Amino acid sequence: MGLSIHDLKKAFGGHTVLDGLSLEVGDGETVVVFGPSGTGKTLLLRLVAGAHEASGGRILVDGRDVTNENPEHRGVGMAFQNFALFPHMSAYDNIASGLSARTKDKAAIDARVQATARLLKIDHVLGHQPRELSNGQKQRTALARALVGEPKVLLLDDPLRNVDAKLRYEMRLELPNLLKRFGSASLYVTQDYREAMALGDRIAVLLDGRIAQLATPAEIYEAPATIAVARLFGDPTINLLDVEPHLNGAGLTVSIANTRVSLPGGYAAAAGRPAVLGLRPEDVVVDDRPQGAVAVPVEVVAVTPLNERAVVLMRTDDGRELFAAEPGEAISGRRHGPAFASFDPARALVFDRADGRRIAPTH
Amino acid sequence: MDHTSPAEKILRGALLTLVVLFFIFPIFWIFLMSFQTNETILRIPPSLAFEPTLSNYTALISGRLETQSGTLDIQFMRNLMNSVVLSASAVALALVLGVPAAYAFARFKFRLGENIAFTLLSFRFAPPLLVLLPLSLYFQEIGLADTYFGLVWVYQLIALPMILWIVRGYFEDVSPDIESAYRIAGHSWWRTFTRIAVPLAGPGIAAAGLLAFIFCWNNFVFALILASAAKQPVTVGSLAFVTASGIQYGQIAAAIVLSITPTLLLALYAQRWLVEGLSLGAVKG
Repeated sequence: MGLSIHDLKKAFGGHTVLDGLSLEVGDGETVVVFGPSGTGKTLLLRLVAGAHEASGGRILVDGRDVTNENPEHRGVGMAFQNFALFPHMSAYDNIASGLSARTKDKAAIDARVQATARLLKIDHVLGHQPRELSNGQKQRTALARALVGEPKVLLLDDPLRNVDAKLRYEMRLELPNLLKRFGSASLYVTQDYREAMALGDRIAVLLDGRIAQLATPAEIYEAPATIAVARLFGDPTINLLDVEPHLNGAGLTVSIANTRVSLPGGYAAAAGRPAVLGLRPEDVVVDDRPQGAVAVPVEVVAVTPLNERAVVLMRTDDGRELFAAEPGEAISGRRHGPAFASFDPARALVFDRADGRRIAPTH
Repeated sequence: MDHTSPAEKILRGALLTLVVLFFIFPIFWIFLMSFQTNETILRIPPSLAFEPTLSNYTALISGRLETQSGTLDIQFMRNLMNSVVLSASAVALALVLGVPAAYAFARFKFRLGENIAFTLLSFRFAPPLLVLLPLSLYFQEIGLADTYFGLVWVYQLIALPMILWIVRGYFEDVSPDIESAYRIAGHSWWRTFTRIAVPLAGPGIAAAGLLAFIFCWNNFVFALILASAAKQPVTVGSLAFVTASGIQYGQIAAAIVLSITPTLLLALYAQRWLVEGLSLGAVKG
């Protein structure tokens, strides 16, 4: 089955970049490797491709241990962030290079190259040299080259990084179908959380050489494992408020700007520990009047309209800053000044401040 | 510089003309000299008006040098051939050895790698005479003195460091991703080297090869000490024109014209690759 990575380690000199990483990707599944730059996302792909040697651990492609195999014997396909097209070969020869090592049958190669090119809509530029292609066409050629051999494992290193916004959206819509069609186990690296959520069947959040969380996009957004993971998803980023929860008659209660917020049941374990309350900006409503269960008096200090929605920056009486993101035009015209930030405590996430882990409510 | 005054244009033109004259005039003068006899060359004042003669060239090609004190056999054509054979073999050997070495130095970090590369470069700093004395003794001992192979070997001191260091830079400019992509596509290391790395560094290899060829061609002192008349290149062979009855300026000029022609033709031919930037547009940006 697909791709299995067991306890993969990589160190350069004394510096450990990947520290015991394990991951399974099923056939036809796309796992997005997501994380800030410098966490070893690209390195992970290169280790799987065989461009670097692992310091420890095992890599299995379709059940076969390829840890010590040369890149040409691993049966993987890879698309690079910088395209890495062969500049002295036409687009056709670039794509055909993925097949020419395996078969000498010119007709068979031609049929596959043409079919793959049609699928990626570059059949009209096959005769061009890479320098004559637009960035979008280069990237499609690079994808075609990776896909043409129908590899068991497909590695995509931020392939949409260097194409313009329109093409990026087009490809975001096209890619999932394309990847399903080829049935490869795909590892997709990106630094864009929207791309990660759009393309991933699952997302592996890579932080400090380890997978901080491996889950579906919805799960990662709704229930991030740690504060660090929560911060990586969402724009504007999640509101994080330091709170000191304590138990009283109403259950676990925290205080934000002298407003008491009663958390729903199941958080008894968080009592007495310094905690962090996480609130997604889209769960916060700004209005002149309190709305909903909890309303914190705030001062609106900035409103940034972003077409279909607006981002509002507020400050509470005790100096905390809060973001709200709301759809609609009314919010865009909002004046600065006193208001209420309302939210549903049930939507709040609670993190342990000491280790950054989310405290899941018990039921 | 959209607005240049007429005065500036004229000044620039004049300066450019001066530079061109400075570099071209000696060659032009030698070209003229090669069609003159010693008498017209040495006439005072010198004049551009003369009756052209091909006698210098016929003397060189036939190998018979007529002087006032009789006929002298010279081996100019043989020397010219020696130059071609020695320089071409030296560069060919240096390419075979130097290109893979340059690739290794560019791609792999290994113990003492930089030291080895620098040691090879330092051969270029050492004065040739420093190594020639021990070398000639060794060569006598092991039978390499006065052989083409021995000379080609010694010429590696000139050609190898040059090829190694120039080509290394070109290999470093080739994105390792491009090579990785070819290997992942299923091709062996050797195929990747010959199909991707070498063609992409092609212009650099051509430039380095050409430069090394010219340096080998111009070498004088190695062949002077290590080779006999039969194996000497044209640089050493030209000494024959300094005869007992005087210096044969006409023949020297003709010899120079004949001996710079191959390198000049080679340079013109290789120009295409020297200026061709193959990797343009290969990688983003």
